[in-house]
Amino acid sequence: MKSKLLIALVLASMAGGVGASETVMIGCVAPLTGPQAHLGKDIENGARLAVDAINASQPTLGGKPVQFELQVEDDQADPKTATVVAQKLVDEGAKGVIGHLNSGASIPASRIYADNGIPQVSPASTAVAYTHQGYETTFRLMANDSQQGKALGQYAAKLGKRVAVVDDRTAYGQGLIDEVVKAVQASGAEVVGREYTTDKSTDFTAILTSIKSKRPDVVVFGGMDPQAAPMIRQMRTLGMKIPFMGGDGMQSAEFIKLAGPAAEGVIGSSPGLPLANMPGGAAFTKRYTERFGKIQIYAPFSHDAAEVLIRAMLKADSAEPEQYLPELAKTQIDGIIGPIAFDDKGDLKDGPVTLYQVKSGKWETLEIMGGASAR
Amino acid sequence: MDVLLQQLLNGLILGSLYAMVALGYTMVYGILELINFAHGEIVMLGAMVAVSLLTLLVGAGVPVPLALFLALGAAVAVCMLTGILVERVAYRPLRNAPRLAPLITAIGVSIVLQNLAMIFWGRQYLSFPPVQEVQVYDWMGATVTNVQLIIVGVAALTMGGLLLLVNRTRLGRAMRATAQNREVAGLMGVDVNRVIAVTFAVGSALAAVAGLLIAAYYGIAHYNMGFTLGLKAFSAAVLGGIGNIPGALLGGLLLGVIESLGAGYIGDLTGGFLGSHYQDIFAFFVLILVLVFRPSGLLGERVGERA
Repeated sequence: MKSKLLIALVLASMAGGVGASETVMIGCVAPLTGPQAHLGKDIENGARLAVDAINASQPTLGGKPVQFELQVEDDQADPKTATVVAQKLVDEGAKGVIGHLNSGASIPASRIYADNGIPQVSPASTAVAYTHQGYETTFRLMANDSQQGKALGQYAAKLGKRVAVVDDRTAYGQGLIDEVVKAVQASGAEVVGREYTTDKSTDFTAILTSIKSKRPDVVVFGGMDPQAAPMIRQMRTLGMKIPFMGGDGMQSAEFIKLAGPAAEGVIGSSPGLPLANMPGGAAFTKRYTERFGKIQIYAPFSHDAAEVLIRAMLKADSAEPEQYLPELAKTQIDGIIGPIAFDDKGDLKDGPVTLYQVKSGKWETLEIMGGASAR
Repeated sequence: MDVLLQQLLNGLILGSLYAMVALGYTMVYGILELINFAHGEIVMLGAMVAVSLLTLLVGAGVPVPLALFLALGAAVAVCMLTGILVERVAYRPLRNAPRLAPLITAIGVSIVLQNLAMIFWGRQYLSFPPVQEVQVYDWMGATVTNVQLIIVGVAALTMGGLLLLVNRTRLGRAMRATAQNREVAGLMGVDVNRVIAVTFAVGSALAAVAGLLIAAYYGIAHYNMGFTLGLKAFSAAVLGGIGNIPGALLGGLLLGVIESLGAGYIGDLTGGFLGSHYQDIFAFFVLILVLVFRPSGLLGERVGERA
């Protein structure tokens, strides 16, 4: 009887010991319902893998043992919901945030985090504006649209000296093509035609005819797959056999389906490295698959987002945002996705962009531009 | 020169598609003085039915000509039934109501059809299965494909057939009589309700054919494709003189050519100030000009000939 009481006492004191280790809340926001739910779950799982690994290594902050806790929220890929859950995380005392997925959600939410001084690392948002609002708290691990446009432009200039461009007049398409034009001109090639369309058009024969008359060597399109697919079909029917390129808006399986045989040889870019080319890709895939199944796209990025946040806290020896934010900005680590360092805006330095080409009805890696491969 | 020729060809192909859809607007307007805003949605329905069935049949190994025939037949049947149903449910009860009421109903029907299609087919784009190897022919420096020739051919045949139907048959005479004066036609023994239903059915069948051609030409179909298309075709009908069948043909072809030339040359003409995405400015500017100087459209005064 006495020994039993003793054991109970010992157990109680141990439990007390665990309770004494502090908990640091880290927010993780992505769409967990709706058509992008699988991508949101990808982000959550990637971050969880990183947090669990660090917790298992018995981390300490200020000499006290500490456990990191992932607080997951659903922004439904909706700007308004994004601000609501952002405020919720702030109120609950999150010390840092991984997210959001969509630029349209990251940007309005970033203001709330910035007002409360909470660092935000997005694993997925690519709109240039996200890190260019003047906030010190915004970071991202994906190459942004401007880095992508630059890569596309440089590659286009390699393919030929006469480049024609088309954009769909959306913020994305126009932004991408503006960067393409700059990069083409910087590479010593010439932009011989710039035409415009809309994100609802399906007939491009008129602008393509006009482009054809300017005898370009390559056409670059800034827009989404529902326009890119009819565009390449119409290019081929107009007898234009020159290469056709575009950004991540058309680098999709949907594009190949819609364009049919005309998709063959088309070049599309996407920010980030393909999983197979990431330095930690193979090991990460194994760890992830064992626990969660198939990786969609973002898991390696959200894993590293959690990693840079927590590593900065450990280095600053504090989970207080004002203490660890300077360390976060100075991050220098080798992540799963490659070497990670931020520029003064919070963008990934030298963010890699991968070019893919359709071969036998599949996107195959063509070339990796920027990033680790350039070092 | 070859650029101009190519732009004209582009415009004529686009225009023949507009013309087929414009006919549907003009026929209904001729008879009921109703702008059937749901007509663009009927075209969409035709395209969606044809593409999904074609994908299914070709996937199941049915020979292509048979699959095309079945898909077209099904699209025509679905569209005719929808057209008749819409007329019966949404327009007939309002036939003697103030003109604004059926107009609003028409917009409502358009939204309903669009949303039904979205629920049934989802938001993604359907792709037209590659049933016909595209062959490109060079002609005086311009290119034209076998698919484009088929489109223009089919459009010309169906529109020719419609003209024959309206001008040479007993049914056509009943349609023209109803268009001129519904009450008097009724007194002369014309079954007005039946004639109106048939008009909707014929217009919708044309829409189904147009839907298939459009899906074949662009390679895609989408629940939202009918809206802009309907607006353009309606403009074409007004341009040619709404209610007038040759007017719809002329208006459609003209709008296609103007759009094509506009998109091709607007950038050069304005020194880059206006880009090619302003192509619609050209089309609608011409529309406004025509309406200012000829309020009834280009061929609008020949009221006696309208369907």
